[in-house]
Amino acid sequence: MRELFIKQLEELNKSLHQMGILIQDAIHNAIEALKTMDKEKAKEIIDADSIIDHKEKEIESACLHLLLQQTPVAGDLRRVSSALKMVTDMERIGDHAADISEIVLILNKIEYQDILDCLMKMAETTTKMLDKCMNAYLSEDLKLADQVADMDDIVDNLFVEVKHAIANAVVMDKENGEQVLDLLMIAKYFERIGDHAENISEWVVFSITGVHKDERVI
Amino acid sequence: MENIIEIKNADLHYNDFKALKNINMNIPKHEITALIGPSGCGKSTLLKSINRMNDLVEGCKIEGEFLLEGKNIYQDYDVNILRKEVGMVFQKPNPFPMSVYDNVAYGPRTHGIRKKKDLDDIVEDALNKAAIWEELKDRLKKSALGLSGGQQQRLCIARALAVKPKVLLMDEPTSALDPISTLKIEELAEELKKEYTIANVTHNMKQAARISDTTAFFLLGEMIECNQTTEIFSHPRNNKTEEYITGRFG
Repeated sequence: MRELFIKQLEELNKSLHQMGILIQDAIHNAIEALKTMDKEKAKEIIDADSIIDHKEKEIESACLHLLLQQTPVAGDLRRVSSALKMVTDMERIGDHAADISEIVLILNKIEYQDILDCLMKMAETTTKMLDKCMNAYLSEDLKLADQVADMDDIVDNLFVEVKHAIANAVVMDKENGEQVLDLLMIAKYFERIGDHAENISEWVVFSITGVHKDERVI
Repeated sequence: MENIIEIKNADLHYNDFKALKNINMNIPKHEITALIGPSGCGKSTLLKSINRMNDLVEGCKIEGEFLLEGKNIYQDYDVNILRKEVGMVFQKPNPFPMSVYDNVAYGPRTHGIRKKKDLDDIVEDALNKAAIWEELKDRLKKSALGLSGGQQQRLCIARALAVKPKVLLMDEPTSALDPISTLKIEELAEELKKEYTIANVTHNMKQAARISDTTAFFLLGEMIECNQTTEIFSHPRNNKTEEYITGRFG
């Protein structure tokens, strides 16, 4: 019985890992599409969001089957229940990558290199956050999971930086009002992606320790 | 939290075999305490020791203290009085080959209650508490052996309750029962703890998690961990406990 359970847990880990790669790719591709104004790439990201949605359903179903069939306890219960929570944030990250790509479809050339640089840093940081989350979950590495919250501060600071740059741009250049607002939206999506990554890291901490945001959940 | 039973430095030998090793644990009043562990870990031995069921076992030697309400079970109690205070329900229902009524009235009669009205009241009360009065009130004179397994087990609980014990020891009380009967016994245990204290030996992890307040895990004669049930099943302190409850061994 335990062997079957271990196999099911391994399958769950594999699916989570795959979903982690899918959303990291979505973020990476979204920023590339923005940088190069590649509308084809943007369309591909929007289409690929359904794969992420499907993966979420697949993982939810696997978790519910595990809860039903194996009624796990202790560390096993924490792993399955945290996976069930993590996929919700992972799916939202996929949505935001698609949201960014939707904006790419309506944008033309970006006039503000400083803002683009900030957005690229935000994309890079959030991708790293997700990478750490996935590795922390799979290797039960608490230290790695704890690093993610600090990285979200970097993303938040970058968002503030973008906001200031946009405020300046609005004052200096009244012609491109719509474009700067679109860029602000993109920055906000990256900021939200950072928040979701932090949420994921909190569930990783729970899966290892049973403590979620300094509170014992069970 | 008041402890009705205290076990201190308890060792138990069956000849050369040490079945219990330095057990220290308390059983809180009006709670359900589950004793879990793989076969041969000593949990049933410990349960039987609380009721002095090992008294007649040849080669059995017990050291340490077993206290019921502060009094030593082995020194301060007559065994008949002890078993009135501490009832026992076994794995396999064991009704006496007599009527439902006589099964329940058996204990009170041996303790000197003779008046029919008193016995009638005791039988009805005990069957009610065992959640089986409605099913059996018209079959009181019928043989208990004709009842289903689940009914027989609840009758055995009623028989144990009829002498108004303080503690009810249950040794895998549902392992021979179907799921519906098991559920009835579990609900019954939840109800009974308001008036009694229950110690339940079980191999059924889910049952321990569902109904007990405290869980003690035993392995090779040692008590590895004893804590609130939610703690044991969510954050066991000891790796061996986690390995056992998650099915890695046992």
